[in-house]
Amino acid sequence: MAKATRAAFGEALASVGETHPKVVVVDADLSCSTNTRKFADAFPDRFIQMGIAEGNMVSAAAGLALGGMVPFAASFACFITGRFEQIRVSVGYNNANVKIVGTHAGCGIGEDGYTQMGLEDLAVMRSLPNMVVVQPGDGIEAYKATEFLADYVGPAYLRLTRQALPDINDASSYSFDFGKGVELREGKDVAIVASGGVVGYALEAAENLAKEGIDAAVVNIHTIKPIDVALLQKLAASTGRILTVEDHGVVGGLGSAVLEALSETPDVVIRTHGVRGYGQSGTHAQLYDRHRLDANGIAQTTKEFVWPERAEATG
Amino acid sequence: MRSIEELEAISRQLRIRSLRMIAKANSGHPGGSLSSAELVAALYFGVLNYRVGDPTWAARDRFVLSKGHCVPVLYAALAEAGALEDEELETLRMIDSRLQGHPDHVRLPYMEAATGSLGQGLSVAVGMALAERLDTENDYRTYCLLGDGELQAGQVWEAAMSGGKFGLGKLTAIVDYNKVQLDGYVRNIMDLEPLPDKFTSFGWHTQEVDGHDLRAILQALENGAAREDRPSMIIAHTVKGKGVSFMEDTAAWHGKAPTADELERAVAEITGTQAA
Repeated sequence: MAKATRAAFGEALASVGETHPKVVVVDADLSCSTNTRKFADAFPDRFIQMGIAEGNMVSAAAGLALGGMVPFAASFACFITGRFEQIRVSVGYNNANVKIVGTHAGCGIGEDGYTQMGLEDLAVMRSLPNMVVVQPGDGIEAYKATEFLADYVGPAYLRLTRQALPDINDASSYSFDFGKGVELREGKDVAIVASGGVVGYALEAAENLAKEGIDAAVVNIHTIKPIDVALLQKLAASTGRILTVEDHGVVGGLGSAVLEALSETPDVVIRTHGVRGYGQSGTHAQLYDRHRLDANGIAQTTKEFVWPERAEATG
Repeated sequence: MRSIEELEAISRQLRIRSLRMIAKANSGHPGGSLSSAELVAALYFGVLNYRVGDPTWAARDRFVLSKGHCVPVLYAALAEAGALEDEELETLRMIDSRLQGHPDHVRLPYMEAATGSLGQGLSVAVGMALAERLDTENDYRTYCLLGDGELQAGQVWEAAMSGGKFGLGKLTAIVDYNKVQLDGYVRNIMDLEPLPDKFTSFGWHTQEVDGHDLRAILQALENGAAREDRPSMIIAHTVKGKGVSFMEDTAAWHGKAPTADELERAVAEITGTQAA
């Protein structure tokens, strides 16, 4: 079943509210978009509407956490992580137990255009020493990740999509294993390491590539920080080629995290694939086509990486 | 409850301790530490409910020093209260010290929040007051001391708006209105006036007070706490560098350490004795 990760987050949050009396939500006039509305309706006393003032919202969330509450502070990824100075001092440096939730991540939001797209959020959030960073790849994972973060003590960033994503996990058996990458498909020629809204497309690309003679592994990295170094090293050894795929700018996101993790690992070539340049308006499909983040684009990018001579020959 | 005379004596000690540790560190912000000495004395030795040795006691009153650069006066108060040893004051701004150049909550839990990136403290205090409201087990007040220069930051007004909206009757904020910031007079850099009207219009119970008159400060704190329906704002008119003639009312001593000779003259002035 296709579901936006923000929608699954909203459902999980409302459920967590029943079992976790210290969980509160701070909002900046976007509860209907971030999907914290369900929580607000169920627990009006623990829903704090701050208005369109995200800096105050972030610092006040830190104050709530220092006062013993477990605040989820949600807004669009670009708006909330744009208050980085408040995040680094009020939340990070205080080691405040705040869950920062950025929805509408990536160019996948479509028509609203660049100003609403979170394309740099992973870069800044990864930079804080005690900040963990989680990006689920489907609704099933988003629900479990939200439950996990309600119990996790410390600052955390949860990155979610506006658009619905196809299920990549099996709801009946899935458990969220913080810090562990998930091997969705085995392969020996190249490992496609993906996170968030592109994981489903990476799987589709790998299936198509198999028909053309490329045996691609696909790994879902839901925990970008701390990243699963052991799994990345294993993939480096087994394939020698890693392609990172993400709906985020190519600087500072999953690709950078993988490069950092494998910087001293020999005999592996890494290519990072993500959004280049500022975003723009368009349909989700058009933008994923333009940035080569749909199944076709990921497959093409993989072929160019694995068969550079053929790519040159075919232009 | 200490007498006014005792609080005045403590204020002098806070000034002396602040200057001594800044001189020892050879860096720091004397001007705003001196201007807020009576405000901090009134809080830590007049109204705040806290336990020395138990900085995380759940029912303690919270104090957020939003003007984090003036933390020497807070360390001085904690030493005066017995929560810090005198020797530790000499480690101000030194590597691995709990006494960082600006408050560090993780290293020193007596600091309720890290501050120093100006404009954030009142928001944190708003969050703490909201937490108190949701806390069914503990009953406390939250206090926040702001600088005047940082009121130029938009976030302060976001926080003021939210404090008014939520009617945070257990929140008291104080502005150390010493009229001078790093680059010069506040009125020339970005005037704040009419300051009381601004906070009143944001839903705060607003008072103006002589920030060096301990009796008046204590009365204002009591008046503010009596209003349960709205947060309390006390605009304390102070003198930057108060108590040391050559540091008063000048931006020159916003962020400069005194030399040994200057320290000696300053201490002599504060104690009312002749410099040698």
